[in-house]
Amino acid sequence: MLVHSRKARWAVWAVFLVLFLPLFALPLLVVLGASAATHWSGALPSGPTLDHYRAATRGEALQALTTSLVTAVAASLLALTAGTWAALAGAALTKRHRRVLDALFVLPVAVPSVVVGLAVLVAFSQPPLLLNGTRWIVITAHTVLVTAFAHQSVSAALTRLDPAYEQAAASLGARPARVLFRVRLPLLLPSLTAAAGLCFALSMGELSATMMLYPPDWTPLPVLVYAATDRGALFTGSAAAVVLMAATLLVLFAVSRVRTRASYR
Amino acid sequence: MGIRFDSVTVAYDGNVVLDSLDLTVEPGEVMALLGPSGSGKTTALRAVAGFARPASGRVYLGGEDVTDLPPYRRGIGMVVQSYALFPHLRVDENVAFGLRARRTPKDEVRRRVTEALELTGMSGYARRHPRELSGGQQQRVAIARALAIRPRVLLLDEPLSALDTRLRSGMLAELARLHRELPEVSMLYVTHDQVEALTLADRIAVMDTARLRACGTPKELYRAPADAFTASFVGGANLVPVTVTAQGASFAGTELELDTAGVVAGARATLCVRPHLVGLGEGPNRLVGTVREIQWRGATHRLYVEVDGHTVMADVRELKDPPGYGDQVTLSFEPEDAVLLPAGVSHG
Repeated sequence: MLVHSRKARWAVWAVFLVLFLPLFALPLLVVLGASAATHWSGALPSGPTLDHYRAATRGEALQALTTSLVTAVAASLLALTAGTWAALAGAALTKRHRRVLDALFVLPVAVPSVVVGLAVLVAFSQPPLLLNGTRWIVITAHTVLVTAFAHQSVSAALTRLDPAYEQAAASLGARPARVLFRVRLPLLLPSLTAAAGLCFALSMGELSATMMLYPPDWTPLPVLVYAATDRGALFTGSAAAVVLMAATLLVLFAVSRVRTRASYR
Repeated sequence: MGIRFDSVTVAYDGNVVLDSLDLTVEPGEVMALLGPSGSGKTTALRAVAGFARPASGRVYLGGEDVTDLPPYRRGIGMVVQSYALFPHLRVDENVAFGLRARRTPKDEVRRRVTEALELTGMSGYARRHPRELSGGQQQRVAIARALAIRPRVLLLDEPLSALDTRLRSGMLAELARLHRELPEVSMLYVTHDQVEALTLADRIAVMDTARLRACGTPKELYRAPADAFTASFVGGANLVPVTVTAQGASFAGTELELDTAGVVAGARATLCVRPHLVGLGEGPNRLVGTVREIQWRGATHRLYVEVDGHTVMADVRELKDPPGYGDQVTLSFEPEDAVLLPAGVSHG
């Protein structure tokens, strides 16, 4: 929006702050404040301490952070592979068939994630595919939940990709596999990394389906945060939440660096 | 190596976009496909490249039926309007792409990339990325990339349309030079610009509404167009309806002296005469009319003169004292400068 007069510009900023601060910034600031406090009885937290952070970066909590990171990386890689593959295959379909494929991929995010959790639990509790009680059931559920985003973002990028590139490659004698790996995928790289970041962030924060599925030796960090707040340990929970947030942002930042180096257009 | 279209028909969703095209491009020949947008000229080129599948008919490259071959097995070079350079690869990697796809040995790749970049005058830019080049430079790289694989034929799809006018005439000269240096490569050149076609092509195929309207050397098409569409699309023309008489033709109550060989007296026909061959003043064939528009074009004046409800254009040397709007003027042309075309075609 182009705002010309100085007064109007100030007004726009004021509206932005009024909307942004209470909705987005304050809750995060509260968590940040609580994570470094021993009491919070007045308007502001008191008794600054780093004890909660110490607790949140060792032992059980550290284990949970690693679990979350491994789960998120595995799930987003699986989702990216499946989603990209499906998007590439879908690009060759007729419009009607593609719409069916798109709908199928959106299904897991369209239904409540508790339902997906339950479905995965029921489906994988019986041999021959007995995943219940292993880490794989958590990774599977996360993959199912985030593939939709990978598929959607890659197929959107594919429709924007000028077919002239692949045709130029084909006319130069490149077989379809070479066109895919040397031309189409490199050109899609920016959207692939964007999709990977999105999948990772979603998986890092997933709780509702995870709650129904996680085995005792594979507890992701959100579950730990939830358990801490559930038993009243708000400050410990806040510290764990800040660690979760920081870890996620750090990885997203690293992924975005890859993206800027890979964007050519 | 030549190209042959054997009644090639292409249809998309039941829409015929190319209607049984028969056309032969001789080895080493430059054939321009000239026509307005939607005339089927690009579809014809894509049928050779393998990106448009004929519903019927065959496409031959050097006598070999390639209709069912995938694009990557056809050995053609293609240059498109948008250049389609791979943005993630450097200039030399772009040019090497086709050679690497063919598993050419490394030394050979390096030699041929250098050669192709020299041929197009882009040697100094080998390590740049396409985004760092201007439009004209990108087009040169695209041509180098297409030539590096030593294609049997070179397909050019509106290669100069994205360039500005000055660059365009420069590139046109470059393409003519390339053709002289690579006389064995046939070129199929798709364009809607008659100047490009007249300048570069050995022969021009004029296309309209999915059909081939005429095919011949630029001079043939210009001097003796087969129909009104060709006449107006190649070079621009005055087209007026006339009735053929024993000595010539009659138009607007005037008798015109013409070569009427092959036309029966009394028949209706279309008279075609080029604007620059119409003069102002007395002459053998006179047309009297009213000036409706006059444009100064530097070296020439173009007059739009209304003669009996038809507009006749005349390009004359710059006039010291040009006529004004509504003035009565006399136009004239030599009998041998006019051509009679079949009637019944639209007089656009």
